[in-house]
Amino acid sequence: MAKLDLKVNGRSHTVDVDPATPLLYVLRNDLGLQGPRFGCGLGQCGACTVIINGNATRSCILPVSNATAEITTLEGLAVNGKLHPLQQAWLDEQVPQCGFCQNGQIMTAKVLLDKNPRPTRAQVVDAMNQTLCRCMTYYRVQTAIERAARVMAGGAA
Amino acid sequence: MNQVEEILTTHRRGFLKSAGMLLVGYAAFDAKAQTPGPYRDPDFHQLDSWIVIHEDNSATFYVGKTDLGQGTGTGFRQLMSDELDIAFDRTTCIMGSTDNTVDQGGSGGSTAMERESPVMRRVAAEARRTLLEMGAARLGVPVDQVAVNDAVITAKADATKRVTYGQLVAGKKFNVTLTGANIGAVTGQAKIKAVQDLKYTGQPLLRDDLAGKVDGTTKWAVDVKPAGMVHARNVKPPFACAKLTGIDESSVNKLPGFIKVLSKGNYVAVVCEREEQAIRAARALKTTWEKPATAPFPTSENLFNYLRTATPTSTSRPITNGDADAAFASAATKLEAEYQIPFQGHTAFAGAHATADPSNGQMTVYTNDMKSYGMRRGVATFLGLPLDRVRVVWMQGPQGYGRTAADDAGCEAAWIAQQINRPVRMQWMREEETAWDTKGPAFLVKMRAGLDASGKLVAYDYNARSCDYGHVGYNEPDTVLIAQLMGIRPARPGAGSTATPNDMYSIPNRKVGGDVVSLPNPWETPLRLGNLRDPNGPQSTFAAESFLDEIAAASKTDPLELRLQLLGADKTDDNGFRRARSIAVLKAAADAYGWDTRPSPKPRATGNILTGRGIAYTFRGLTMVAVITEVEVNRQTGHVYTKRLVCAHDCGLVVNPLSLRRTIECGSLYGLSRALHEEVKFDTEKVTSLDWFSHPSLRHADTPERIDIVLVNGDPNPARPDLPAYGGGEAMLKPLMAAIGNAIYDATGVRIRRVPFRDDRVLAALKAAGV
Ligand code: FES
Ligand code: FES
Repeated sequence: MAKLDLKVNGRSHTVDVDPATPLLYVLRNDLGLQGPRFGCGLGQCGACTVIINGNATRSCILPVSNATAEITTLEGLAVNGKLHPLQQAWLDEQVPQCGFCQNGQIMTAKVLLDKNPRPTRAQVVDAMNQTLCRCMTYYRVQTAIERAARVMAGGAA
Repeated sequence: MNQVEEILTTHRRGFLKSAGMLLVGYAAFDAKAQTPGPYRDPDFHQLDSWIVIHEDNSATFYVGKTDLGQGTGTGFRQLMSDELDIAFDRTTCIMGSTDNTVDQGGSGGSTAMERESPVMRRVAAEARRTLLEMGAARLGVPVDQVAVNDAVITAKADATKRVTYGQLVAGKKFNVTLTGANIGAVTGQAKIKAVQDLKYTGQPLLRDDLAGKVDGTTKWAVDVKPAGMVHARNVKPPFACAKLTGIDESSVNKLPGFIKVLSKGNYVAVVCEREEQAIRAARALKTTWEKPATAPFPTSENLFNYLRTATPTSTSRPITNGDADAAFASAATKLEAEYQIPFQGHTAFAGAHATADPSNGQMTVYTNDMKSYGMRRGVATFLGLPLDRVRVVWMQGPQGYGRTAADDAGCEAAWIAQQINRPVRMQWMREEETAWDTKGPAFLVKMRAGLDASGKLVAYDYNARSCDYGHVGYNEPDTVLIAQLMGIRPARPGAGSTATPNDMYSIPNRKVGGDVVSLPNPWETPLRLGNLRDPNGPQSTFAAESFLDEIAAASKTDPLELRLQLLGADKTDDNGFRRARSIAVLKAAADAYGWDTRPSPKPRATGNILTGRGIAYTFRGLTMVAVITEVEVNRQTGHVYTKRLVCAHDCGLVVNPLSLRRTIECGSLYGLSRALHEEVKFDTEKVTSLDWFSHPSLRHADTPERIDIVLVNGDPNPARPDLPAYGGGEAMLKPLMAAIGNAIYDATGVRIRRVPFRDDRVLAALKAAGV
């Protein structure tokens, strides 16, 4: 076990865990941040995605000791209780079925739009292609990303 | 509301806002704060078991169903708000929690709306009738002199005379006894409303469970954390049907957080304080196993040879009309083909999981199992507990249509919790889930058809072999995997079933039937058969609707035209107007697509990308569906991309068109995933499909550029009364394999009779045909 400092969604935490522990379990079980979820533990599906240094990062395969920069989870996207435009687009488009994968979809899309605010459909597909959904909400996820991009650019939904 | 109820409704935000309730923070479940039990079944003859009116004039509906992510909870609220005459956003619902909601069986078979909406409407209507009587008495006017609007009753003659539902009930109970021999027949005295008087039903209202799913506040079954909870992981046999010969506990008992190795028969699990510790210990535990004397199954490569030659365990009597054999023998043109569908796994997005809490001498299981009531019975019997000491709380979970009817983890968590007397969470890992979940049966289907000299279809023969023997039940104490591994066997294994095509074609001589085939050893194997979403539909529809296109091609008829001819040959109305509604969905799909009449295949194009269109139609119960896909086949790589997808769908009364459209859209893509990607691979001792690379699934890049959903919904005859609601959860995925196979044929002239249409298979078929 080792004492480690983590900064998540603007707050500092100290945890006492095995440094090799995947970040996912520390977020979920020690910090009560359950937006990121376990889907595969293999880095293949995206359910556990968090944002670190502006990158979509799969927390199921990242040792907690390597998470030295600030971490953003799904719970950290809304600002002062106002949903991020992506989250709002997700509701407007009624994207989720079961919803279990949607943390991965939303967080991966956030990184995409941060880097490329007006992606083409091909760029959306490319950025999202490693983020899986077994309910097959893909078409609606893509539509919602485009909707959010329009809203963020100041356009109509 | 007790704490569990509060958590089960907290994510339904609209209600909480309008009812002015505070959002209660909860980091963890506190077992002591929970109702201590015993957990008796809610009495279905009491109106209070179904509906509670609160003093703030809001209502909670108790629905014994579960929602797999299709919005059925919102749908029930729409129907019940209408019957109760209360604003939709003053209501909420609690679903599938065995001590709170009447046993309506949880979910399955897409029957939530079809079977249960009449029940829920009747109880809500009875509550309204009761409240009107109470209100009339309070206002001192006859009951026919009161009106109700949004839970406020007024005297018709004097609108200042008013009383709310909340004031009338004021925290008390209805104490109204309902009648009906069983839960499905429960009724009061009130009549339900006519469809045209329903206000919320039919509206595209937003689902009430989505806000919490996009902002991270929903509490899922995976999030439950009773005080003192520890973590368990299974250690699976490395081979099917293996016998455990030794456990070396010293390989793990010094590891941090280690609590216990538990084992009985061939079942092994490890318990540790923390999750990552349990994962590590389960991987590190040294065990030895003995392989079975004979191979439990053939390889996946050899599966269809095996199915072809095996002796069936059961044979169904074919359904016949005319004499198909004689007509075939004398036909001018004879067609014969064999279709092959491999095992396909559920491969739920995340592994099976459950948390069991043995506090207070009871057993509470938190689960996403879609049949929470079945799990309760299974857990009670498995643990030897009286039923009223067990309750199962259904919570949100990852997609697992059918898998969560027999999800294994509930019985495992409960057994371990009982052994160690501590709350414990069980979670299957990815490799474990993909290898060991329940599978949809492989099918081998032999098709024959005969055409007369004019090209008319005169003989039709469908014969399926379904590898479905040993089909498991719903967390039954003798078929759940932990029980199998402990050596428990049911008196009779699940017989399994085969399936015949669902169509309304009129063919003069027709024979359809099938056999069930068993693998050499159906027990303790990763090839366990369970109800995959629409258990046998895609398989039988792939064979039947592909072969229909072969018949169309042989007679140089347009595939849509042939279907319409076969449907139109008989003009009589059937029960449910399936024939008329079949024609309606086919025409609606063709219109939406812009179908031009011509036979398949189209003249072969030059260039790398060949495009084609394919149609398929079927029904499930009384839900009709027709699908048209347009594909691009890359002749260099064999890759099939589905550019367009049109689905015309008729499930009768639409409760919520928005959530229905989403369900059809996603369900169609799931059908596409099974058509393009999904197949379980195995050698003679283990499943070798273990993750998202070795058992691929549809991805963003496979998503069609355009999807059109057409809700046909309706009896084409306006003179008849409205149709009730039929199931909308599965029918749409049935025709996808056939629609894609037919589109590939249209594009290339090559008929591929084996799914999935993976690149290498398609490329090999193109090469073999010289395309
Ligand atoms: S859970 Fe991390 S990628 Fe799947
Ligand atoms: S919404 Fe269910 S897995 Fe994506």
